[in-house]
Amino acid sequence: MARRAADSNGLMRLLASGRFRWLWLLVCLLGLFAFFAAWNPTAVLSTYNVRNIIGDASTLLIVAVGVTFVVATAGIDLSLGAVLIFCQVIAAKTMIAVGGSGWDATLAGTAAALLAGIAWGTLNGVMVARLRIPPLIATLGTLGMAGGTALLITNGINVRTGIPDELTLVIGAGRLFNLLPYTSVVAIVVVAAAVFALNYTRFGLHVLGIGSNEVAVERTGVNVASVKIRVYALSGACAGLGAVVDLARFSTTAVGAYSTLSLEAIAAAVIGGTSLFGGVASIIGAVIGVFIPAVLRNGFVILGVSSFWQQIAVGIILVTAVYIDQRRR
Amino acid sequence: MTAPALKARGIVKRYGHIEALRGVDFQVDHGEVVALIGDNGAGKSTLSKILVGAIEPTEGTIEFEGGPVVFKGPADARRHGLEIVYQDLALAPHLEPAENFYLGREIYRGGALGRWLGLLDRATMRRRAIEAMRTLNVNLKDERGRISELSGGQQQGVAVARAAFWASSVLFLDEPTAALGVRQRSGVHDMIKKVQQNGLGIVLISHDLPEVMDVADRIHVLRRGETAKIYERGETDTMGLVAAITGAH
Repeated sequence: MARRAADSNGLMRLLASGRFRWLWLLVCLLGLFAFFAAWNPTAVLSTYNVRNIIGDASTLLIVAVGVTFVVATAGIDLSLGAVLIFCQVIAAKTMIAVGGSGWDATLAGTAAALLAGIAWGTLNGVMVARLRIPPLIATLGTLGMAGGTALLITNGINVRTGIPDELTLVIGAGRLFNLLPYTSVVAIVVVAAAVFALNYTRFGLHVLGIGSNEVAVERTGVNVASVKIRVYALSGACAGLGAVVDLARFSTTAVGAYSTLSLEAIAAAVIGGTSLFGGVASIIGAVIGVFIPAVLRNGFVILGVSSFWQQIAVGIILVTAVYIDQRRR
Repeated sequence: MTAPALKARGIVKRYGHIEALRGVDFQVDHGEVVALIGDNGAGKSTLSKILVGAIEPTEGTIEFEGGPVVFKGPADARRHGLEIVYQDLALAPHLEPAENFYLGREIYRGGALGRWLGLLDRATMRRRAIEAMRTLNVNLKDERGRISELSGGQQQGVAVARAAFWASSVLFLDEPTAALGVRQRSGVHDMIKKVQQNGLGIVLISHDLPEVMDVADRIHVLRRGETAKIYERGETDTMGLVAAITGAH
């Protein structure tokens, strides 16, 4: 009896500790979905629609997971849209160079995109951690450099041919058990790995510690600069993976698109309970933070409400989320 | 008789033409509390930084557990068993006490793979940290709560307990009670006495003269980069200390 009381106290404490704040967010997300479903159940609840929402979110999910680590260290990464496009261009060019078809071309392009993402991310990390350039400026600089380089390579014209069918038809259009898009499978694997890394490993502890009190972590002998560089490299790697997923879905590079990708990813992280001031982060929260705007957009489209309202709604949600975070401090 | 835990001889520190320390000898034995006091600019902080390896002396030698030593930075000093509680505590407010205890010195589980992945053994870290805190009477209502949810006194308790947990030789306390109320202050004093009984040498840097007289076995007074006086317990009173600090004899 006493044992049970202790257990339920433990449960209450866990719920109150804020570690499971994402449960409340999940309720909000499901409520939002239920609201739209009540208006038009056939359209909103159709397999096609649900699969679309989930599939469309793949790229942003992967990028948001990466940037959550950056925000957790009290940093920021504005370069992700441009880095993603750069990685796409590199992936496409590599695939063409390797022959433009087959799994080997797909793999080579994916590896090239990941390496390109890690390279830009590492540059961000070195600028922030070693050269002490504020993250806002460092990553804004990378945004320009990566975006400009992508335009130089392509002359501003998207690469549409020479992308292997294995990538576009098998991965991009295919579904696991004919149910879940493969791109979502990739996103789920990334989310699972990130949950593990943030909550169960030394790396995650150091990331949160640095966001909480960088000087304290430095004094314990942890190599803070190295952790930060790895965090930005991780964010870049996620942009690289997101680039391949996007390429798989649309069979073309996205030069000229994704100008607001970083902001959407950071917004998702912040809506999900990750503090812009560092020290607090939730991967599951970021996932929900991706889907709240996605469900809003989808619902508005189905209800025939101008999708511009979605932007307004997301803006209000974002500001509210940060306000709540401020009050908690 | 065993060797002193930490002994410094003829420490000189020059910054250009300025002599921050002009040949100071300093010693702390095991199980002894030595207070280091002096006015601002007397050299307290320079001396303590040299003793913990944060800066190098211009001249002079340091002996640790009877043998000469040159600490290559605070991390090296820590490896030798020397711990510091900084005035700002250096705790991560969003983490729980156990995580703060083990930041940078984590325990892993899952064998070689777990070590490679950095897989944290939270259960063991929590158990040991909580045990260490209870030993020093740091009793927290929620031992897994965040540091930011604790009172100032409790945070100080966690910081001292963490340092005492890792220290095997000397513990440095920099103004440990400056921000605390009366009751919390006496809690910290009790902790200091307990740590002392466990055989650690303690260097207490403080401005609080009544505290120093209450807690310290020896009081080392610095003035203008030199040792002004060294008093054993009970040898002087507050007036005597003030006179030594200010140089008014």
